[in-house]
Amino acid sequence: MAAYILKRIIAMFPLLLGITLISFVVIRLAPGEPVEAMTAMSPKITAETRQRMREFYGLDKPLHVQYVTWLKKIATLDFGRSFAPDNRPVTSKIKERIPVTLSLNIIALILEFGLAIPIGVFAATHRDTLYDKGITIFVFLGFAVPTFWLSLLLMYLFGVKLGWLPISGLHSLGSDSLSPVAWVVDLVKHLILPVSVATFGSLAGLSRYMRSNMLEVIRQDYITTARAKGLTERAVIYRHALRNALLPVITLLGFSLPGLIGGSVIFETIFAIPGMGQLFYQGVMARDYPLVMGILVIGAFLTLVGNLLADVCYALADPRIRHGRG
Amino acid sequence: MTTRWIGCLLALLLLVSCGSGRTPAEPPRRGPGIPAYGDALVVGTIGEPSNLIPILASDSASHEVAGYVFNGLLKYDRNLTLVGDLAESWTVSPDGLTITFNLRRGVKWHDGTEFTSRDVLYTYRVTVDPKTPTAYAEDFKQVKTAEAPDRYTFRVTYAKPFAPALASWGMNILPAHLLEGKDITKSELSRHPVGTGPYRFKEWVAGQKIILESFHDYFEGRPYIDRYVYRIIPDTSTMYLELKAGGLDMMGLTPVQYARQTENSRFRASFNKYRYPASAYTYLGFNLKSPLFADRRVRQAITCAISKDEIVHGVLLGMGQLAHGPYKPGTWAYNPHVKDFGYDPARAKALLAEAGWREAGPDGMLVKDGKPFSFTILTNQGNDQRLKTAQIIQRRLRKVGIDVKIRVLEWASLLSNFIDKRNFDALIMGWSIGQDPDLFDVWHSSKTGPKELNFIGYKNAEVDRLIEEGRRTFDQEKRKHCYYRIQEILAEEQPYTFLYVPDALPAVSARFRGIDPAPAGIMHNFIKWYVPKEERVH
Repeated sequence: MAAYILKRIIAMFPLLLGITLISFVVIRLAPGEPVEAMTAMSPKITAETRQRMREFYGLDKPLHVQYVTWLKKIATLDFGRSFAPDNRPVTSKIKERIPVTLSLNIIALILEFGLAIPIGVFAATHRDTLYDKGITIFVFLGFAVPTFWLSLLLMYLFGVKLGWLPISGLHSLGSDSLSPVAWVVDLVKHLILPVSVATFGSLAGLSRYMRSNMLEVIRQDYITTARAKGLTERAVIYRHALRNALLPVITLLGFSLPGLIGGSVIFETIFAIPGMGQLFYQGVMARDYPLVMGILVIGAFLTLVGNLLADVCYALADPRIRHGRG
Repeated sequence: MTTRWIGCLLALLLLVSCGSGRTPAEPPRRGPGIPAYGDALVVGTIGEPSNLIPILASDSASHEVAGYVFNGLLKYDRNLTLVGDLAESWTVSPDGLTITFNLRRGVKWHDGTEFTSRDVLYTYRVTVDPKTPTAYAEDFKQVKTAEAPDRYTFRVTYAKPFAPALASWGMNILPAHLLEGKDITKSELSRHPVGTGPYRFKEWVAGQKIILESFHDYFEGRPYIDRYVYRIIPDTSTMYLELKAGGLDMMGLTPVQYARQTENSRFRASFNKYRYPASAYTYLGFNLKSPLFADRRVRQAITCAISKDEIVHGVLLGMGQLAHGPYKPGTWAYNPHVKDFGYDPARAKALLAEAGWREAGPDGMLVKDGKPFSFTILTNQGNDQRLKTAQIIQRRLRKVGIDVKIRVLEWASLLSNFIDKRNFDALIMGWSIGQDPDLFDVWHSSKTGPKELNFIGYKNAEVDRLIEEGRRTFDQEKRKHCYYRIQEILAEEQPYTFLYVPDALPAVSARFRGIDPAPAGIMHNFIKWYVPKEERVH
């Protein structure tokens, strides 16, 4: 097992290198340059100024030289400075955004799994009944409704018409002077709409997956055996079937690890939440290469780690896999 | 259980789409009230400022915030006339080469240090320093020498008289005592600026808000409004909902919002709406290198075929004016007597026939030398008004037998793959109209090089001469003469079809008083705005 993990970790490095190379080349294939985004259509720019700015950002050097320079820095975990006019270190730009995105995504993830698993099980045990069909319609409605549209409607209803919830942002103005309890209440109020919309939209995938897993398991011989033994339906479903049906979900959890730091642009834009999605989007639009590369590297790293973790956990949870590799 | 859920959801959607059943009582019309210190103005900004050292930033959000924190030597007043700001007065030498600024005495930086000519000299030097990555060095490179003979005098000498120089000294002056000898690109002032302006920087929560508070020692007096808060709200629909819910105090409305969605008693009771021409125009520009548009008669014909009136009504719901040239109606350089081509499809057809285009086939499309008259209009993504304009033009041109395709492109790709390579037929774009009427960058024939702004390739010897003459004299009458003539030439040659000057449509919470709408807009006297004590919210 240890040898297997070690092998997987070593294999991650060439993979990561390959990902950075491809990302580096692809982002530069996009038309335009950071200097361009900053100076285009500005009457007060001359060719000389533009040249000076390109030199300032090191864009005048050949692409492979730029890549090697970047790679050397990244090897020492130096992500460089953003090409945006603020010229701040990429890490500090990412750092100020990660807590928001991470906590939001964790809350949404817990809600998603917490709701989708029971929904899936319920749908499976009530297969082809009106309940099952109703649930299917409900989750697919969440899947199909455009997030921005639903968000705007809810904001209008709860924010403008009823005035129950704040519309956007994370804190009210002057929230700094509130007591800790009031401050948390204020934050929670701000989070209700975005978290509900995010969860509603992501229920479909997981609950359908859960339902089909469950159906698969219920068809197995050992379930029939359990039933034949005279166990209650409750014990059959929750003790024997559910545990086995949950196994593949571990893989899904592993896959959602990189998703935890990736935000959704549309969603963050609508609710004015300063998260990673917006940061990445703005980085791409402004061709802020160090920032884009920084986020991609972190994302790639987390994806690889997530896959590894999922495999390991799976092995730990399922004796068949563990012993098979033994 | 689930069916009930769906029922609830449907009910909810219905509720939302039905609109409000509540009709709040209209509050009594409010009087002017008594000026009082306090309260806060909360505004939304789509983009987060990038850098609050203005010479390092090129985005409008940064400049807007910096505009309240810093001052220039000169500024434009409510009537768009140049007046002193940090400079009390200025004199231009008779030969037009030397400008001497007499600086205001006793002006304090927000940290208490006195403002002197050293700050101005530093700002000039750092701007032209090749190591500074700034987009604003060009005007200052015309300066031959800059000197500060004493603490309150600053003098610049130009190699040639340069009229746009005065406007250029509206540039924000930076504090020398905090920046001199340091690397400006790594300065913490970029996120924590110290200026001389009416508002001092208080707090910046990344991605969320920026708070400014009034500077009590401001040289024009303490502003009434205590705080100026920028909330970063990247989506305009969200911003509009925030405005309606009272989360924002001011916002620029779209024509639809202005004319249709806010014409109710509820909105009018809590907001005042303003309307004045914005400093910008939208145009249809032709690639003059393309054989299609080399002939002046073709360009004139296209202008005749387009109904600008229809565009202003269809796209802006009438909230704008027809444009006939590159200036804002009502400003001193604007020539009201220019004879532009009006909407006249018959004349368009005649002009096209003169240029050799013949109707062929049953569909009435124009053909010359066996080739149909067909071209593509490019415009940038994300600007709905430009896209609608293109669609209206497409329909009108089809009526005179020209086939138009529309292509919407992402900004960076439009610039580098099409405009920079001169790889376009026509495009719909806009320019903002500067305070100084100099047209050098967009219309002079020397500016047709790669990445330069005369990308349509307009070359006219008389226009070149007039532009140069106009920037070499400080005499407004002489300059006016030049710019009037240029507008006549442009109207005759139609290198652009100038389309419209849109209106700015801000809505401001009704609790703010003292707003003075003027040619310069409403923000010019912001430090005099106030909220009567009894209506204070924050």
